[in-house]
Amino acid sequence: MESTDGNDAKSEQRLKSAAVLKSFMLKSSTESKLNLYDHLSRVLMKVMDEHPDNAVDVIEDVSREVKRGLFEDKQSTLRDLPQTTAAELLAEQQRLLFSRPEEADQEEELMDTPLPNVSEVAFYLEQAGVGLGREEMQRVFLALKQLVESQGLPRCRLWGKILGTESSYIVAEAEYREGEEEEESTEEAAEDEERDVEKEINPLPQSAYRPPPTVPKEALGTGANKFAFYVCKEPGLPWVKLPSVSPAQITGARQIRKFFTGTLDTPIVSYPPFPGNEANYLRAQIARISAGTQVSPQGFYQAGEEEGDEEDEAPRDSFEVNPDFEGVPVAEMAESLSTWVHHVQHILQQGCCTWVNLAVKPEDDSNEEGEGEEKEEEPDEPEPEVGPPLLTPLSQDAEMLNIPPWTSKMSSVLTSQHALAVLRSNLWPGAYSYASGKKFENIYVGWGLKYSGEGFSQAVPPLPQKEYPSGPEITEALDPSVEEEQVLKEALEEEQAAQEEKDDTDDPEEEDDDD
Amino acid sequence: MDSNSLFYSLELVAGSGNTLNVEKRTALQTSLVILKKNYKFHRVLFWGKILGLKEDYFIAQGRGEDEMKDKKTLYSFNCMDWMLLAPATDSVIEEVSKTAKGSFVGDPSYVYEHVEIHRPGGRDDAIQEEVVTKVNEESRLAVTVHQIDEEASVVPRGAYLKSPHGLVQINRSFGGLSHSEAGKLDNFLHFSKAKNLKKKSILEMGDLNPAIDFLDVLSDDIPKGSWSLQLECASRVLVLRSLLWPGLTFFHLPTTPQHGHIYIGDGRKNLDLPFMI
Repeated sequence: MESTDGNDAKSEQRLKSAAVLKSFMLKSSTESKLNLYDHLSRVLMKVMDEHPDNAVDVIEDVSREVKRGLFEDKQSTLRDLPQTTAAELLAEQQRLLFSRPEEADQEEELMDTPLPNVSEVAFYLEQAGVGLGREEMQRVFLALKQLVESQGLPRCRLWGKILGTESSYIVAEAEYREGEEEEESTEEAAEDEERDVEKEINPLPQSAYRPPPTVPKEALGTGANKFAFYVCKEPGLPWVKLPSVSPAQITGARQIRKFFTGTLDTPIVSYPPFPGNEANYLRAQIARISAGTQVSPQGFYQAGEEEGDEEDEAPRDSFEVNPDFEGVPVAEMAESLSTWVHHVQHILQQGCCTWVNLAVKPEDDSNEEGEGEEKEEEPDEPEPEVGPPLLTPLSQDAEMLNIPPWTSKMSSVLTSQHALAVLRSNLWPGAYSYASGKKFENIYVGWGLKYSGEGFSQAVPPLPQKEYPSGPEITEALDPSVEEEQVLKEALEEEQAAQEEKDDTDDPEEEDDDD
Repeated sequence: MDSNSLFYSLELVAGSGNTLNVEKRTALQTSLVILKKNYKFHRVLFWGKILGLKEDYFIAQGRGEDEMKDKKTLYSFNCMDWMLLAPATDSVIEEVSKTAKGSFVGDPSYVYEHVEIHRPGGRDDAIQEEVVTKVNEESRLAVTVHQIDEEASVVPRGAYLKSPHGLVQINRSFGGLSHSEAGKLDNFLHFSKAKNLKKKSILEMGDLNPAIDFLDVLSDDIPKGSWSLQLECASRVLVLRSLLWPGLTFFHLPTTPQHGHIYIGDGRKNLDLPFMI
């Protein structure tokens, strides 16, 4: 009897603790209004229905799915407004790329288009292992077509892509339209007027400091400003024209090392301070990269006919396509660097392509100084800087930083009869060129920075100016005290008295003479 | 990136400038399958390409049971014949970091030398010992791959699970990050042994799930701004580029489980990063 009672008591105890546990599980959570009992029963029902493999391993995921399922049901009265993703916004803008203008005549299409054969270029670039991917290249080329139509450019090609930290730039190189002039002259005139007005109101003392003469910007269509560059962030978005580059900006860009952010008006915070914002820095780097890495097979371009003697100091900057170019066999192009030549002028140390003599004095200096300083000028005459002339073969490129400047190879070893010769620059990582028979192209896809070798060390600020050398004329001395002054005064008076006595003795002798 | 997804993922990372041409792609697809069979890997990844002055190295990586620990790296010149790289031990890493400078040459037997002059026993002694450390390019390659994996391999949050035994495996029910989640750097993790986990406050740890958040977050990297997050391919693909190892690109298609990373570059760390940001 007792044992059954004991058993009953135990089972009652168990039932009681089960009831306690069940009531605990039925307690709804303060946060989600669910309770554990209902949730577990739903989870087990789902497992019964679905019979997943290895149920014990995925049980947590099943539990989460159940919870998520409940949650959505409760919110069905309010529907989420679908948020437009970035992709949708961009797709709207890129739709325009695919629209064909209705007035397109048949005749126009048969003429020489300003763009190169875009699909062919994309195909060759892919063979070379460079490029942006097939679809992206197609979009970029459609955007280039849009640029050419909107700006009316005589010729245009894809220069490349410069990656940035927040977004990237797609860069197009174009020839200037005829008759295009600098647009910044009006801005400068407005500034001058403002300054003049201020001077009339408050004549400030003029400082005698004259800043050292700056090298002037090269004219549009020559030197580093030979081509105009347009950038855009994504194909389909509007193209922005980059300002022309000045030599000061090129020398500044040589001294700093910065990533691009993707917005053209970000200031460049650096030491030495860069004269301009990101648009100018971008343009300067594009100019440097073009000067260093735009190459073509030798013989494709030949020197222009206007060239005079070869002793001319001014480097020739004109060239034209050689109609008799036959094409160099690909294997030869991949092996030797002398079959490639640069076709963009080298940028000198000064920052421009033709050397400017800064030592010539401007004419508004006063004539008095002119004569005296002419004699000083001769020993200071700076030596003209000379760079390699246009169309020099790559085999003459200097080896910098212990690496060969170029690496060349064939694009395919298995089918070498149809392969391309691919040239990769080691000084500007990201610059590639390919050539196959008569076709060639250059492209740059990269961060826009030069190979820096061991590491970049920032320019050191100049030493502080020395103070004026101390000498007796500027050393401070203590003011004499009253006693010292008295002593000095008495001494002076004694001297004066002695001097007067001497004069007195002299005078009567003279008076006697007169008598 | 996984060899199964090679045929479409290369287009997604091509925004960084480098892709593979069709010949190499087909060669890779064939040889990686053979590699997987021979070495009995669970997964084979095409890790990337290291550009050298004369030749380029193609690198593949095989993963075993544990995704983080069972890794084997192989290299090849023509995407067909693969050679195994020795795993990088600490002593080799030290030697390589002292010796190897400049770009990769492209020849695995090329030897880098570094001569250090020691004066044991004080400066007055005339005894000079020259300590010459020699390292060949193959070890440099192994160390570079190891370092890039340690510092720059990225996975989205939730893609890998850590089982209670410590095994790291792919999460079969990873559905991809949503569009808004994908825009934040917090949702991307380093795929290497976590160093910052213990430094988190208890408040932060409360929101995390220990099965998923066992790795370091990218936004904790110093210097801040060493990752560039962008949308590519008509804003459909999220691309992360490392500024510390330029050439490493990670891609992810939001709301799909597709992700991967690839390194195509010259294998040099960008130590000038603090000047450049």
